[in-house]
Amino acid sequence: MSTILKEPISKIIIEKPYLSDFFESYGITVDKNDERDLDTFFNELSEDLLEDVGTTLSDLKKAFNEYLSAMEEVLENDFQVEEITIIGGFNKSNEPENFELTIKKGDVVCIVGPTGSGKSRLLADIEWMAQGDTPTKRKVLINGEKPKKEWRFSTEHKLVAQLSQNMNFVMDLTVEEFVTLHAESRFIQDVDEKVNRIIEEANKLAGEQFTKDTPVTALSGGQSRSLMIADTAFLSKSPIILIDEIENAGIDRKKALELLVKEEKIVLMATHDPILALMGDKRLIIKNGGVAKIIESSEEEKAILPELEALDNKLLELRNRLRNGEVLK
Amino acid sequence: MKFLTVSGPPSSGKTSVILKTIDALKEKGYRAGVVKFDCLLTDDDKLYMSKNIPVKKGLSGALCPDHFFVSNIEACVEWGLENNLEFLISESAGLCNRCSPHIKDILAVCVIDNLSGVNTPKKIGPMLKSADIVIITKGDIVSQAEREVFASRVKNVNPSATIMHVNGITGQGAYEFASLIEDTNEIETLKGKKLRFSMPSALCSYCLGETRIGESYQMGNVRKMEM
Repeated sequence: MSTILKEPISKIIIEKPYLSDFFESYGITVDKNDERDLDTFFNELSEDLLEDVGTTLSDLKKAFNEYLSAMEEVLENDFQVEEITIIGGFNKSNEPENFELTIKKGDVVCIVGPTGSGKSRLLADIEWMAQGDTPTKRKVLINGEKPKKEWRFSTEHKLVAQLSQNMNFVMDLTVEEFVTLHAESRFIQDVDEKVNRIIEEANKLAGEQFTKDTPVTALSGGQSRSLMIADTAFLSKSPIILIDEIENAGIDRKKALELLVKEEKIVLMATHDPILALMGDKRLIIKNGGVAKIIESSEEEKAILPELEALDNKLLELRNRLRNGEVLK
Repeated sequence: MKFLTVSGPPSSGKTSVILKTIDALKEKGYRAGVVKFDCLLTDDDKLYMSKNIPVKKGLSGALCPDHFFVSNIEACVEWGLENNLEFLISESAGLCNRCSPHIKDILAVCVIDNLSGVNTPKKIGPMLKSADIVIITKGDIVSQAEREVFASRVKNVNPSATIMHVNGITGQGAYEFASLIEDTNEIETLKGKKLRFSMPSALCSYCLGETRIGESYQMGNVRKMEM
């Protein structure tokens, strides 16, 4: 901080362009040609301006310092999750769950159980990196070790990204603008390349094609889902993706899962669809607030998959025929 | 008694978050109550009462709601102490986005929702910028990308805050929030404490009931736009 204070604004803005975002979000305009050093800039901000934008010089400086170190952390962040381990606690009747489950990058684990059985609590335990301090008393380890406590509150260490049926895009932007905004918020280097890749991959998943100029709010359900999955696969910093059911409409679910697995995500999927369940390596059976059982998808179970997929494809084909105005046969 | 101020734009989900948090506090064995501040009307006190949560309602009516808050909060804390509450939560909407009910050395929470738009964090003043904890709601209905962008915008304006996601409907995150506020300091009184930020100053002829429009009716603290 002390060294940056002596540097001219013009130089700082070139080296750390994100700092102009900081001032802008406080309603303070920074001129990129300003030759004053940062300390002078701070000290020459008028009292009236500071009061109008709702801060004081000392609060602003404090926030600036924190922002600067938070950004350095973001840029140097090398948080890599290879595996997570969930150590069982107790169900609602206080009976022990007796399990220890390790899930690795690229694994797909399904979660089944009726509404209210405790699926959300399990996910919340993972997200919170529970250490025996939640109602279930479960423990979560990251890469085999107890996670640091401060990770709980750090946006850089958010473990779980969520995708569910009732999620929508609410921003009034085109697909390209939208994905770019997300990419920029992650401060990644090759924004354009990433954005194009995401749109391309999303189109491979979607039943109907869309372009980069399509407004996100005009996407169909299947297209939205496809874009959300592709975007999450490439841009979300969270290593775990939680999917709450993928409706079988306008999206190739198998390819969607393959994409997430290829991008080395840990996929947790709450589903009661037999095809999706069989795509998973394991199923957690949730009952009465606890994990009652873990079932590995056996060869025997997987043997019925081709039959199910044939049925599914048949339906999909009929649906496409219907969409194209053809006769069903 | 532990005391915290919860503020946030209207309809951001403050009441839902507080209700779910009090459920979690009750589970942990605590007795919690609420002071609800609003302007013209609120039925939220009935919501709290229906869950047997001790509640006090304050309507500011024709007065500036945040000025009304400061003039009453000390008595509210006394009320909480008299009722043997272990937690008192004050709930108020920062209506002009410039005000903030946050008090120095008292845990300050701002509730803001994902649907309000990515530019909203910039538009909210000390209520958000000086909060210790920022709770983001309505995450279940927007995409992961929007949640991440929104959270990063919040972090831009308040880098030191703890940012949490709480779902006011399912209560996801409320248990974690409750655990976080358990560590708050106990207080006996608010006497002598200070607001974190001064309130917008006014005192012009309109504050005193003037309704006529025109230069000659404007007196006191008046500011003009540049045209």
